[in-house]
Amino acid sequence: MTALAAPARRRRHRLPPILLLFVFVPFAVEAFWVFWPALQGFYLSLTSWDGVSPPTWAGFDNYAELFSDPTFGTAFANTAIWLVLFGGISAAGGLALAMLLQRERKGVGFYRAALFTPVVFSLVATSLIWQGLYQPDGLVNSLLDTVGLGDWQRSWLADPDTALYALLAPALWRQLGYVMVLYLAGLKGIDPALYEAAKLDGASPWQQFRYVTWPQLRPVNSVILSVIVIDSLRSFDVVWSMTKGGPYHSSELLSTYMYSTAFQTLRLGYASALAVVIFLLAFGVIVTYLVRVLREEES
Amino acid sequence: MISNRVRTFLFHAGAGTLSVLWLLPIALVLLTSIRTFDDVASNGLGSLPGSFTLEPFAQAWGEGGVGGAMLNSLLVTVPTVLLSLALSAAAAFALSRYEIPFRRSILLVMLAGNLLPPQILLVPVAKLTEVLGIYDTLTALVIVQVGFGLGFYTFVLQGFLRAIPNEIQQAAVIDGAGPIRIFWSVILPLARPALAALSALAFTWVFNDLLWAITVLRSGTVMPVTPALLGLQGQYVSTWNVIAAGSVLAAIPTVAVFLRFQKHFISGLAIGAVK
Repeated sequence: MTALAAPARRRRHRLPPILLLFVFVPFAVEAFWVFWPALQGFYLSLTSWDGVSPPTWAGFDNYAELFSDPTFGTAFANTAIWLVLFGGISAAGGLALAMLLQRERKGVGFYRAALFTPVVFSLVATSLIWQGLYQPDGLVNSLLDTVGLGDWQRSWLADPDTALYALLAPALWRQLGYVMVLYLAGLKGIDPALYEAAKLDGASPWQQFRYVTWPQLRPVNSVILSVIVIDSLRSFDVVWSMTKGGPYHSSELLSTYMYSTAFQTLRLGYASALAVVIFLLAFGVIVTYLVRVLREEES
Repeated sequence: MISNRVRTFLFHAGAGTLSVLWLLPIALVLLTSIRTFDDVASNGLGSLPGSFTLEPFAQAWGEGGVGGAMLNSLLVTVPTVLLSLALSAAAAFALSRYEIPFRRSILLVMLAGNLLPPQILLVPVAKLTEVLGIYDTLTALVIVQVGFGLGFYTFVLQGFLRAIPNEIQQAAVIDGAGPIRIFWSVILPLARPALAALSALAFTWVFNDLLWAITVLRSGTVMPVTPALLGLQGQYVSTWNVIAAGSVLAAIPTVAVFLRFQKHFISGLAIGAVK
């Protein structure tokens, strides 16, 4: 780092102007299409707007309305459930899969590839595949019948009791392989000497995990936590393509409710308030992530 | 103590079962896509195929509109990937190799833009494309995708470029090369692995996107393949063989990119975790 900074400092007085352009153009593009719209989003959340006539100032009316909107309550609760189940299962499952497939040996490449394959499909294609599985005559019901659980058969996506949970399966089917790759990369970075030392001290496999693997994975865990929280709050494709939040909003997430409020009901001000709520939920994670990056940049 | 052989057997049994379970939905969609409608209708979706036909593919491609949508997707994805990487490589080069004022803050602000939930941007961005007269055009989708991705690509690339030894650059400076020359002939060639990883990732992300497409596009004729699949689902309500064929077709480009760049792709995904 010092070797890199020293010659750069000498060059400071004559920084070629073209380099400023190199930074300015991309920054301006992002500013115009991301930062400026984001600011407008906050402003719009304080207005009432149908997208046609000019927005009218509404103060905090939209936010006040959120409290008495039962669909918002459902969407909020479902987003929390989604965060815990989708996030928790993909983190724990991804780690378990990575531990299982960590060692290089015969066949392990195939297993990894099999678990990873769904990551390359679009969530919409994934959803269509699973929608087929969930049909009344689909594989899920036929399997239940085969193993003698015929009573459990139902129309999974049309039943308000099961719709949200039925959506979790395809989302997880895709996310688990991704989290596994992140953990595999983290596990690879652990110094094997640590395990040697632990084994010499007579550590059991569980103790090796508890006292070597887990502490060593801390930086990876924090990345995965951020990825998972942000991914959960952004989750949209699976729900939109399979149920659109229905039946009766039973599988509504904040992201789908925001989209339908904006582009189907055309209540753009209220939708912006919903978007601000999503932003506030993500805010803590974003800041933590940036602070972490900043600290690494400094070291 | 369990013998090693038993343990190896247990490992393969467990991992093998899991892999089969994981691939099962994909196998099923392939099997469904080659069945006739009558076969699916009379024997059910969960049964083994009793027929063979490629008709569903033709239907999905032609009247289902997947063919045209595929073209739209490529028209969006290829320029988006090229443009995003060109812009972010330039920014990453300047930020990582020169003492640009406030470079750390610029980098963090750009990354923060990518971490924002897209929902906060949807309404204003849709309006912005309307004001600029590009709403409902592929151009709008390209520009929006570039804008939203830049922060992340710049961040990843600068981390990679920073690790290139300074001596290499010094040698080029002594030979009289200016910044553009250094960028083009020295740094970019060295950054190829990172660029390959990011292109593969960006390709899948942009190709598979749904949210931005349905935000800035409205007409069926400009829809990329992901929203077109949703249209297919509405059009062929329980004609599952056509829907399955459409999903298979839509997956081909990303699967091809994945197979071609497998190593880069996976290392690209892992970039965030080990940094």
